[in-house]
Amino acid sequence: MALTDSQIERYSRHIILKEVGGKGQQKLLNSKVLIIGAGGLGAPIALYLAAAGIGTIGIADADSVDLSNLQRQVIHFTPDIGKPKVISAKEKIQAINPDVQVRTYQQWVSAANIMELISQYDFVVDGTDNFAAKFLINDACVLAGKPYSHGGILQFVGQTITVLPGESTCYRCIFPTPPPKDAIPTCSQAGVIGVLPGVIGSIQATEAIKFLLGKGKLLAGRMLTYDALEMKFRDVTINRNPNCPICGENPTITQVRDELELLTVCDLEKP
Amino acid sequence: MTTIDLRGVSCPTNFVKAKLALEELETGDRVEILLDDGEAVKNVPRSLKGEGHKLLGLRETAEGHYLLEVEKGEE
Ligand SMILES: [Zn+2]
Repeated sequence: MALTDSQIERYSRHIILKEVGGKGQQKLLNSKVLIIGAGGLGAPIALYLAAAGIGTIGIADADSVDLSNLQRQVIHFTPDIGKPKVISAKEKIQAINPDVQVRTYQQWVSAANIMELISQYDFVVDGTDNFAAKFLINDACVLAGKPYSHGGILQFVGQTITVLPGESTCYRCIFPTPPPKDAIPTCSQAGVIGVLPGVIGSIQATEAIKFLLGKGKLLAGRMLTYDALEMKFRDVTINRNPNCPICGENPTITQVRDELELLTVCDLEKP
Repeated sequence: MTTIDLRGVSCPTNFVKAKLALEELETGDRVEILLDDGEAVKNVPRSLKGEGHKLLGLRETAEGHYLLEVEKGEE
């Protein structure tokens, strides 16, 4: 399908790029990306992917907008308080770019629904704020062979890595098991500087776009960390772990499961 | 030879449209692009050259527009 005149205008700064062009923009318009979490990370991820013309954006989050979210979750506005986050996000995505089809899932991802959910998408972006979800997303994506971007933020520090299952380092190659409950302060207990998810989430959105275009070098096999206080980025090469419980030589995890101990870890913001 | 009429189309949309039209062709195919005087004729040929296309000729038409002949370069 040819681009319309208004699409040619809208995406002109993309089309001008050698690495994108009209064909690359068409690829983006035909792509499907699932964003898990419509919070701090999910906000810039959704806004930039919408602006970029990703044809279908799925967004999963069971939460509603709370006043304490607005310091960093820039897709939600003051009048959205009390509204389901996925609805608030959908309204902004459609206001930015009516080309985008939005599918909302007002639910937490769990072992029961995640495999079906991710199967409908080309790329998955982890914008969650708790370890249970991060391990679940990793396991589901590795088992399904679905490429995804991991992101995490705490206080002034963020990290991100892109996982190409079976090819590059996965989250469990680095952290074989979740930390024990309460070993690490949650974001609501520890705080987070509001601009931090803007930096990490924008990098995650960049990775999604590069993956879909098939251009550039992905953040695979390398964990990028960002310290906002020191203003330092570090890029650490991490090889695949032969003892990884899910993508190693003798995997012990062969199906997704919920980390029950951790389910509520970062869910304390709600009154 | 196909002619792409980009008269009245401003920068950078004229370049974007020329680029999109060339994407549809095979390497070595030739097209004529009709451009306005001024900014358009100054910028579009240069941008197309930067994309790796070959500029074969540029001539002014009787009406004061410019006809640019381009051969599509390697993808
Ligand atoms: Zn692994």
